[in-house]
Amino acid sequence: MDKIQKIFASCAAADRAALVIFCSCGYPDMDSSEQIIEDAIAAGADIIELGVPFSDPMADGAAIRQASEVALRQGATLKGVLAMAERLSKRHPDTGFILFSYMNVMLNYGLDALCTELRRIGVDGILAVDLPYEERAELADPCRSAGLHLIPLVSPMTSLERAAMIMGEATGFVYSVNICGITGVREKLPPEVAERLAALKERSPVPVAAGFGIADGESAKAIARVADGVVVGSAVINKLLAPGELETRRRDASELVRTLAGSMSRHA
Amino acid sequence: MKTHYGIYGGQYVAETLMPILHELEKEYLAAREDPSFQEEFRSLLKNYVGRESPLYYARRLSEHLGGSRIYLKREDLNHTGAHKINNTIGQALLAKRMGKTRLIAETGAGMHGVATATVAALFGFECEVFMGTTDIDRQAVNVERMQTLGATVRPVSEGSATLKDAMNEALRDWTAWSADTFYVIGTVAGPHPYPLLVKDFQSVIGEEARRQCLEQTGRLPDEVVACVGGGSNAMGIFAGFLEDSDVALTGVEAGGAGIATGKHAASITGGRVGVLHGSKTYLLQDDNGQILETHSVSAGLDYPGVGPEHCFLADSRRARYVTVDDEEAVDAFAMLARFEGIIPALESSHALAYAIRTAPAQSRDRIVVVNLSGRGDKDMDSIRRFRKQQVASAK
Repeated sequence: MDKIQKIFASCAAADRAALVIFCSCGYPDMDSSEQIIEDAIAAGADIIELGVPFSDPMADGAAIRQASEVALRQGATLKGVLAMAERLSKRHPDTGFILFSYMNVMLNYGLDALCTELRRIGVDGILAVDLPYEERAELADPCRSAGLHLIPLVSPMTSLERAAMIMGEATGFVYSVNICGITGVREKLPPEVAERLAALKERSPVPVAAGFGIADGESAKAIARVADGVVVGSAVINKLLAPGELETRRRDASELVRTLAGSMSRHA
Repeated sequence: MKTHYGIYGGQYVAETLMPILHELEKEYLAAREDPSFQEEFRSLLKNYVGRESPLYYARRLSEHLGGSRIYLKREDLNHTGAHKINNTIGQALLAKRMGKTRLIAETGAGMHGVATATVAALFGFECEVFMGTTDIDRQAVNVERMQTLGATVRPVSEGSATLKDAMNEALRDWTAWSADTFYVIGTVAGPHPYPLLVKDFQSVIGEEARRQCLEQTGRLPDEVVACVGGGSNAMGIFAGFLEDSDVALTGVEAGGAGIATGKHAASITGGRVGVLHGSKTYLLQDDNGQILETHSVSAGLDYPGVGPEHCFLADSRRARYVTVDDEEAVDAFAMLARFEGIIPALESSHALAYAIRTAPAQSRDRIVVVNLSGRGDKDMDSIRRFRKQQVASAK
């Protein structure tokens, strides 16, 4: 069993969902974001999505865009994120790490070289936002050679037939997008999310993690009942983008992660 | 169905957009074979746009230069003043066929925005146009035109606040609202099937130009020249001549302040392969794969990528891509106005400048067709500002 499988298996055994936290690497600067990820792990995150900023994040909402813009201004690069990931994975051998970015940043590094390096430093997989099923080969092949998971997305627009096709080839886990649209917190998730997740889980050979739109412990709890994993990004980043001292903002973000972690259990 | 041009093109979008792209492809392929769709398209091009557009021999200009005979394909005479309307009529008909009620578009110079707002009014669609705030400033007249036509202009202030940022925002909107919204992309870029369908809708330019050249001169041109930002007017005119291997095809990219300065928008000349806005293409990017800000005196060429088929034509050497800088384009703009009484768009002035630069060394038998893709009324402010800066930096 590999690390990602172990994480989902041990969460399932404890009757809870895995908590996946998306971090905008390099926001507000590289050192602080490393500390923020440390906080998230300490607060109960099972898997960290290492968001590598891209200048043109066409699938992202305001929070991640704003964080990415600051990160890039502060000089964040894929190389820098890889160096940070190596340190983090050494310190946290049981935490899952998924590199999360847009194709151009990865292509520019070289896909073969990137996969080899990720394997070496202990990152478990890649999620490329703008790489749908039809284009996956160029990244799926080097991922397979390096023993990395290529995490696919399914969305509310994806038919169940298409979802079955996508999930049929997935390893690690599948990321199900809760809403039609870009990343970001929503006041309310659409009521059909639970039914949809149940239908996906029935057809998926790997765990299904659900994300987009999750605002707080309450909405996370509702998703945790029906999904194998819950992904939260913008809600945490919003805490960090708020005005005030960085120390305070970091503490608020960390508290939110703790609340989210407490909402993963399916008991009571 | 072929979705790539060699290694270029494809569908690099979030999964949420894939089902709608599949639906669009299916509908478009059906429309392409549907005589009633084609008839409605052709009829609107004739009676609403005013096609065909003339192929005009620029005699005074050619004689002054003393070399190649320069012919202008007068897309500037189309309704709304540029080639963009050919494509928006086609896409609006597709939107109607698919039962959509709302059109969105991105725009740089504003010409595609105006052309989209125009067809939205013509067919009764709701319309929102995304436009960078930098472009809103330099193309104020076109903003008013869009508003007059009933469209809402949505300012985009992120990034460089130009065309690429407007396209990011349009894609985000479409990701959320694709159920009732049709995204009218203005150029031969974006995910498949856009490069294909935009080329098809614009290929009327090349079909006409080829026939007109044969009628007027008894032969094909030696060279066809067009400016390339995203590359829709170029693809449209090249389409008529791709099979004529003796006809040289030349795309002219925006050299801005000069390629050496790094302040330009010449993706093929100065870029590397990457992925942006749904397709693999030549891109202006830094060492870390971040998209660079582009620079051109013409808002319509201010884009860091280029249509995937142009990349393919460049690699296969079927077409050649060259650059013209801001100053040379502005000079060509003035020269055409004075010698022919035609004020060209700054975008088209790039193509024209290349023809002006190369004509004198060529024989008088040589025929060059330049795609005059739009008219220049919208550029008066840009020209005035450019001249002012020139005077200031000369002091």
